[in-house]
Amino acid sequence: MARIAVVAEPPGETRVAATPPTVRRILALGHEVVVEAGAGLRSSFPDAAYADAGAVVVDRAAAWGSDVVLTVGAPSEADIALLQRGATLVGLLAPAFRPELLARLAAQGVTALSMDAVPRISRAQSMDVLSSMANIAGYRAVVEAAHEFGRFFTGQVTAAGKVPPAKVLVAGAGVAGLAAIGAASSLGAIVRATDPRPEVADQVRSIGGEYLPVVVPEEQKEVSADGYAKATSEAYDRRAAEIYSEQAADVDIVITTALIPGRAAPVLLTAADVASMKPGSVIVDMAAAQGGNVVGSVAGERVVTDNGVVILGYTDLPGRLPQQASQLYGTNLVNLLTLLTPGKDGALVLDHDDVVQRAVTVVHEGAVTWPPPPVQVSAAPASATASAPVSAAPPKKTLSNAAKTGLIAAGIAALFLVCAVAPPPLPQHFLVLTLSVVVGFYVIGKVAHALHTPLMSVTNAISGIIVVGAMVQITADDPLVRVLAAVAVLVASINVFGGFAVTRRMLAMFQKGAGQ
Amino acid sequence: MSLASSVAAGAYVVAALLFILSLAGLSKHDTSRRGVAFGIAGMAIALGATVWVTAAGAWGEPGGTVGLVLLVAAVLVGGAIGLWRARVVEMTGMPELIALLHSFVGLAAVLVGWNGHLDAGHVAAELVDIHHAEVFIGVFIGAVTFTGSIVAFLKLSGRVSSKPLMLPGKNALNVGALVGFVGLTVWYVITPSIWLLVAVTALALALGWHLVASIGGGDMPVVVSMLNSYSGWAAAAAGFLLNNDLLIVTGALVGSSGAYLSYIMCKAMNRSFLSVIAGGFGIEAPRGGDEEQGEHRETDAGAVAELLASARSVIITPGYGMAVAQAQYPVAELTSALRARGIEVRFGIHPVAGRLPGHMNVLLAEAKVPYDIVLELDEINDDFAGTDVVLVIGANDTVNPAAAEDPGSPIAGMPVLHVWEARDVIVFKRSMASGYAGVQNPLFFRENTQMLFGDAKDRVDDILRALAS
Repeated sequence: MARIAVVAEPPGETRVAATPPTVRRILALGHEVVVEAGAGLRSSFPDAAYADAGAVVVDRAAAWGSDVVLTVGAPSEADIALLQRGATLVGLLAPAFRPELLARLAAQGVTALSMDAVPRISRAQSMDVLSSMANIAGYRAVVEAAHEFGRFFTGQVTAAGKVPPAKVLVAGAGVAGLAAIGAASSLGAIVRATDPRPEVADQVRSIGGEYLPVVVPEEQKEVSADGYAKATSEAYDRRAAEIYSEQAADVDIVITTALIPGRAAPVLLTAADVASMKPGSVIVDMAAAQGGNVVGSVAGERVVTDNGVVILGYTDLPGRLPQQASQLYGTNLVNLLTLLTPGKDGALVLDHDDVVQRAVTVVHEGAVTWPPPPVQVSAAPASATASAPVSAAPPKKTLSNAAKTGLIAAGIAALFLVCAVAPPPLPQHFLVLTLSVVVGFYVIGKVAHALHTPLMSVTNAISGIIVVGAMVQITADDPLVRVLAAVAVLVASINVFGGFAVTRRMLAMFQKGAGQ
Repeated sequence: MSLASSVAAGAYVVAALLFILSLAGLSKHDTSRRGVAFGIAGMAIALGATVWVTAAGAWGEPGGTVGLVLLVAAVLVGGAIGLWRARVVEMTGMPELIALLHSFVGLAAVLVGWNGHLDAGHVAAELVDIHHAEVFIGVFIGAVTFTGSIVAFLKLSGRVSSKPLMLPGKNALNVGALVGFVGLTVWYVITPSIWLLVAVTALALALGWHLVASIGGGDMPVVVSMLNSYSGWAAAAAGFLLNNDLLIVTGALVGSSGAYLSYIMCKAMNRSFLSVIAGGFGIEAPRGGDEEQGEHRETDAGAVAELLASARSVIITPGYGMAVAQAQYPVAELTSALRARGIEVRFGIHPVAGRLPGHMNVLLAEAKVPYDIVLELDEINDDFAGTDVVLVIGANDTVNPAAAEDPGSPIAGMPVLHVWEARDVIVFKRSMASGYAGVQNPLFFRENTQMLFGDAKDRVDDILRALAS
């Protein structure tokens, strides 16, 4: 049974690594949970709530001395010194940017799992902190913008005059961008969105935004025929820049979310674009921590330009909704712990053959294991369909039209011959049979699909009409014939009565929706 | 012609007309009950007339009274059994009941045919050969229907495995049995002998057993409607034998009805009737897709409940799995709970969902789901794109996107419910096993699909509890 600790975060961090509900789920995995006193205060989770959930509230040293330590941000030097050799630390460690932190953790002889190193594969979605936090940040960006913006988002017609709706531009329709589009449009604003991936257009529209495609005119492509790909990209960038310039002059609020993995954030709004915006406009630069999408934004700061445009460069947007950010982050952690506790028996197992577990392990028992080997992205479906020899389904044997016509003609001819040759009662019988078949097909063809089962039971009942035949025979002289006929009458009667009764029962069940 | 028989002839015409009106009435929900009333009236007229004719003819003859007593007793006993079964049958057990009822018609046809041989005294000389052929044809169709329906009944009720039986050269066996039947018929027409009749009965019984035994469980809708058709032809053959037009008319109506249903089922599976009869998917398509194609996501009842509560429109696509788990009642409860919250809930029914044409509709009706929100494939297929959540309950092949998108798939071209076009798809399933066709279902690995494993009834109950809390 592993002792899992939830520690209090440093003052700048409002989130906490576990909430009372997620504590319950960790306990259900068979672990023991301790919580450092005051850990959840800034997320509005008092110690008593954790105690109610089944955790033990302990002091700082005891918490950091546990088998597994759950944090939000990276630990300080003093914290690391409290970690026991062989312990496991789980948090957002930013391994790509902090090699010295990994080295320090390795020296302490611990294992470190970084939640921001979860690979982006569908199985790991439930642990993807970047997505869950981006979702919150996108929403909060709109709220921050609304706070700064001195007007309604929605348009109104009042007795005191007409109020136009706010126009919002969201750059980048990833998780954060989509959350921002949804939040802004549900406040009533006119929302436009840009993204280099045209396939997101449907997602943008589905949550109320308008997608602005970057359409590169044909002639511009042809001007630079020498380096097609790059020239297209240049033409593309130029057109995109034009769109941003046009939009900046038009919209009231801009929210930028553009990030490129492993590189500085691209600049989308130039100083001239910002200068062209109306006074009182608001820009939220969600990429400020990575250099910013907007010229003039400062990470973590609120800046007001000379022409009265407010640029927000907040980097703690998820932390501004601490309760839910903690809940989502805590759930991400629980999902990881569930993966690491396959037996649900409190025994932690780290399986390095599993790509998810391998990727998050940045320090393993005193050795730095970052970066992980490249993840085999689960492209199996694509390759499977591509490589599968298109075993062209054997062509269905369908009769050609000529053959069909021939068969029908042959059938009619045969019927004609039989009727022409056969002695008296037979032709009449064939006439009756043929007409009944035709009538049957027309009548049955109109039956609703929903009534096919009642249809079958009715036809079942009326095919019990064979009882008529058996009845005629029952008065014969031969006792054997009589017995056989009696048996036939008996089974056919079951059909007649049973078939009609069950049909009535079924039809009585079918009810039309009463007024709903 | 006696008074009784001329009255009977008139009664038969009226009865035949009433049967046609009965089937016509079933075309719409509104007129369906009237249709059944017509059918019952027709049957009552036909039986009444026949009993009168029989009684009039038998009166005063030696043994006539015994025959009448036998008749009344048999009708009473048979009727009582029929009414009792009809009252107690579970709606999930309808396919078995229908198959069993088919076997009774088959058995009756065999017995009538045998009597035609044993009691052939009054046939005119020039018709003797034809009479013999009619006996043979009637017995043959009846016997095939009888054993075929018995096997279908056993398979549907789970008393035997629903796996297709694979005898070597099974198509040759079927064709051989047909050729043997023609040969025996010719022989019997030339020299009528009871042993030939025994031989053809045995042959037909074996053929019926083999025919249905070699068809797998998922093709049962076709088999049941095919047997429905056979039981009609058996009645029609008896009509030829007994010179009775009512039997011919009724038999032909039932026969064409069954054939039409079989045709609809085959079209819904994009397969020809012959390929269904010749055996299941296993033969034409070596299973290639058994390995998993990518990763699936699992969810839990609480998350599904939240998803449903926040949805605006929901479509439920049930399959045989819902019938197996007896989940129609909780599903109906879920439907009314969601509708009470103002969420639009509809059902999409694939023609071959379940083990009987229209089976799902009956189950949902039993659980009091209003029939005007239960739609068929063509009515609902265009609406999936605008739907928030689709619940796939116990269906697999009928929602397989490979049928629409992968020309190399064994089920390519089969019309399927386009559930994957919805925003979120929840698949209720016991495990990741393949469906009846043995084809892997790429739906499970789609980004908007989540799997909810376990017994469908328990899971729906869990969702209901989560919704209520």
